[in-house]
Order: sequence, then structure tokens, then C-alpha cells
Amino acid sequence: MLCEPFPMTQKKTEAWSSKIGVIMAVAGSAVGLGNFLRFPGLVADRETGGGAFLIAYFISLLVVGLPICWVEWTLGRFGGTQGYNSSPGIFHAIIRKPWGKYIGLLGFIIPVGVYFYYVVIESWCLGYAWHSFTGGLDLGKDPTTYARFFSAFTGQAVDGSILGFPGPFLFFVGVFILNFVIIYRGLSKGIEFICNWGMPLLIVIALALLVRVMTLGTPDPTKPELSVWNGLGYMWNPHDIAKGLSNPAVWLKAASQIFFTLSVGFGVIITYASYLKKKDDVVLSGLTATAANEFCEVGLGGLITVPAAFAFLGASAVAGGTFALGFNVLPQVFAGMPYGHLFGGLFFTLLFIAAITSSLSMLQPGIAFLEEGLGLDRRGSVALLGLVTAVGCTLVVWFSEGLKALATVDFWIGDIGIFLQGTILIYVFNLVFGTERGWTEAHHGADLRIPRVFKFVIRWVSPAFLTAIFVMFVLKNVAGWNLSFTKAEFLPTEPILDLVGGPGHPASGVARLTVFFLVLFVGFTALLIRRAGQRWKAR
Amino acid sequence: MTTAGLLFMLISVGAVTGLFVWCLIKVLRGKKDPDHLAHVEPIETKDLEKR
Repeated sequence: MLCEPFPMTQKKTEAWSSKIGVIMAVAGSAVGLGNFLRFPGLVADRETGGGAFLIAYFISLLVVGLPICWVEWTLGRFGGTQGYNSSPGIFHAIIRKPWGKYIGLLGFIIPVGVYFYYVVIESWCLGYAWHSFTGGLDLGKDPTTYARFFSAFTGQAVDGSILGFPGPFLFFVGVFILNFVIIYRGLSKGIEFICNWGMPLLIVIALALLVRVMTLGTPDPTKPELSVWNGLGYMWNPHDIAKGLSNPAVWLKAASQIFFTLSVGFGVIITYASYLKKKDDVVLSGLTATAANEFCEVGLGGLITVPAAFAFLGASAVAGGTFALGFNVLPQVFAGMPYGHLFGGLFFTLLFIAAITSSLSMLQPGIAFLEEGLGLDRRGSVALLGLVTAVGCTLVVWFSEGLKALATVDFWIGDIGIFLQGTILIYVFNLVFGTERGWTEAHHGADLRIPRVFKFVIRWVSPAFLTAIFVMFVLKNVAGWNLSFTKAEFLPTEPILDLVGGPGHPASGVARLTVFFLVLFVGFTALLIRRAGQRWKAR
Repeated sequence: MTTAGLLFMLISVGAVTGLFVWCLIKVLRGKKDPDHLAHVEPIETKDLEKR
């Protein structure tokens, strides 16, 4: 045994109640807003979408998504058998060096940090569902009305303006509390219960919406070119595949989407898998959770939003980004169709379910660490995590002008952090845990054999591919590379200009404050991990 | 929609749907080992020891 197991006299043993329960929970974590809003927008992109994107997307799924998913499930279950459920604890058990536990720091920082803003977006979904069902989103045919509503609802005009518009603030507070009430109920009664009901409900709603969209035909007979069939074509026609595949931006976007959509490198799967027992399967479970996510993303998300938006509003409506598509364009689409209140309400309910099953998963790694690292009971860990996330969320909610605080946390934690953690995971698995040992460990109790080619992929291809993508991501988004090998240029990007300023772009006080807060958050977490290490060592 | 677009859509959607259904069937028909995931509620260790 590598490490002294957790002394059971001090700890409540939590576990999943069924195999399908853990699969639903992991799938619920992975299926989020990106499945229904971001993915369709990426496929439909004229520059970097189309067939080339799909090919790069599925290759990324095979060489990065699925292998890292299996790695995370395996390391998580191993950590659980050693008595650890949190990322710092699991890395402590694997690495067995004083610095090992700090490698797991991101497994706490990322989910909790992303929660700061994700729960805010989740409250928008619930608010929009409410307004759709009650007719409050029937704002006529002027597109600017919908944009103004979204801006007011999210307080984008002035910092702190959400307090002058009590509806959104109440939705936020309600959703924030709801998350903690569910998480307080524990793994089985809380997260698993919600996901076991939420995921099937989400799929049923999505199928109902799919049927509605596919039967829309040509909504306006005076504009026969605007039809669902042409909308599907707009999204799925492959364009120039060879040109696309030679474009690094296509690969970067495809790999990023796979990474974000599967929640790999997030700190969630490793925590969820730690509640399994040694003989529980991780291979089929990991594959099933991945397949569920892909079904929701490609099979449902890929057929609903863009074709519907195209059929009502044309190509120009589709090219506006995730928030614009979800909160400006689609309300307009639903307002234009028969029973639009109902279908709009259902769509935003679907987004809310997708969001809450994800946000719950962001809290569990934090709870697990506070319980096993500081010895807190469930009440204490929920209270402390509630306090930390309340401070972070207040920052995001208050500094809402242009959604600057939200975008800053998203970039530094949600983008950079996830890539970094994923890269760390695959290297720790290969170099510290050992590929052979990991391969054997993965197959303990497995209901399925992983094809042997994946051993080579995990050992060589995934680290190389992920490192290349991560370097490219940093060069593009931090150093401002134009992704050209022949005429490379480096121009400062917005997140960097926000911090240091530049010609025509003064530094943003909000961005600086947000980054300062994040640095404090990382420092505070490192101190907690140090304290946890002393506790683990004393044992 | 072009024929190539239709093919891309059918292959992509068909592949992920087929994989999901296959996995679900495999999970639901999988082995029923009573030792697997036996707990329903969080269990206090002292209770565990009693059992």
C-alpha cells in the first residue's frame, strides 16, 4: 500500500448508490451550456467550422478526450482506495513527495473558480426560463430589444446595476442557495439524485425540442431560402476540408472544445471516481459518460439551435458567439414560433438542468478537500465553501459592466487552468504512476477492455498532442500569436491588455482586481493544502 | 444541404448516438456483482464496523 489509508474513525464514507448513478453524475458534469450553444456555433463558423472542424473534433476526442478521461477515472479510483477523495489528497497518495499534494491544487482551484461565474450564468438560464413561460420574453420583432433585455438582465451597462433590477439578483441568490442545499445532502442523496432525474429529463426535453425544430419547415413562405433544411446545411456542409485541416486555429478550437465539453482536467472526474471501489469498473463507465456527453452535444445540440436560428433569422443571426446565440437570438426565434412561450421555456429549462448538474460537480471537489484536508464535517465544509464562493460570485455579479470580471475569471481559470491541469494529469499518469501500472489499474474490475492501441496513445500521442495544443493556446491567447507559421505576428490580447494596458486600451481596474483576487485565492488554497499535508503526515 | 453535408451529419450524429446506445445497453445488462457500489447512504464507520 502506498499511503496510509484515511483513518476511518474520523470520516463518513460516501459512495455512489449505483453504477448508472456515477455515470449520470459524470455525464451531468460534462453536459453543460457548451453542448447546446458553443459547439453548434463552432461547427457553423465560416472560417474554422465545417467538415474540417468535425474531423479535428473527433480526432481530438480519440487522442485527448477519451484517454485523459480514462486516466482521470483510473487515478481517481486509485486515490479513493488510498482513502483520498480530493485532488490534492489523490496526488499526495500518488506522488508520495512533500510537493505532490500541491500538484493537485488546480483540482480545487478550477472547479471552485469556475463556479464563481458559472452559477451566475446558471441563474440567467433559470431567469430566462421563467420569463419565457410567463411571456416576459415576448419582446416583438426588433432584435435590439432582446439585446437590451439581456444587457439589463445581466447588468452589463454599469457595475452593480443588477441590484437595481431585483429579478436577476433574486434568481442568482436562489440558484446559489439551491446548489448548496443539494450539495449538503451528500453525494448519493444530493448529486446522484439530481443527476439521475435531471439527465433523462434533459434528454427528453431536448428530443421534444428537436422534433419541434425539425418540423418547422420554412417558417416564412416569403423567404423560402430560410428553412430548417438549409439551416442544417449551413451547419453541416463541409466546405474546404483540406484547407481547414491545415489551419492551426481549427485544431485549437476543436481540441479546446473537446477538453471543455468532457470536463477533463477539471478536477471533477478524479473526485467523482474516488468514491468508487477497487473492483468497480472505470473503463465502460468512463466511455459511457463520454458517449452521453457526445450524444447531447453532437446528436442534440448540433441539430437544435443553429438550424432553428437560421430558419427564422438567417445566417447573420448565427455568428454572434455563445451568449448572443443563447440569450439574444433564440428568444427571438421562440417568440416567432407557435407556442413559443412553451418551447422557449423548455429550452431554457434544459439549459438550467445542464448547468445545475455541472455546477454541483464543481462544488464536490471543494467539499471533499475541506472535509479530508481540514477535518471539517459536512456542515463546516459547506459553510466555508459557501463563504469562499459567495465572495467570488459577488465579485462577478457586482463587476458586471461588459461582463469583465466574468470574462477574466473564465480566461485565467476556465481556459488556462483546465489546459494546465489536463497536461499535468497525463504526465503524472505516465511518468509518476507509470503507464503499465496505470493500464493494469484501469482494468481492475473493468467491464470492457480498452483497445491496446490506446496504451500507445496515452503514453505518447496524448502528451505530445496536448502539449502542442497547450503551447499553441498560450501563444495565441496570451502572447497574441496570429496562428501563422509563415507570417507570424504577436499582438497583445485583451486579457493581457486588461492587465497592463496598451495603445488605445487602458488597463482595466476590474480585471486587475479580479486577477488579484484569484492570486489571493490560489495563495489561500496553497495554505490550506499545506495544513492538510501536515494533517495527512501526522497520520 | 449538400450530399456531403448530409453525410457528415448522418455519420456524426449516427456514430455518437450508436455509441451512446451501445454503452447504455452494456451498462444496463452488465454484471450484477453485489460487491459493486453496494452503499446507498453515507455510512458512519462505527456502523460499518457493527455490520
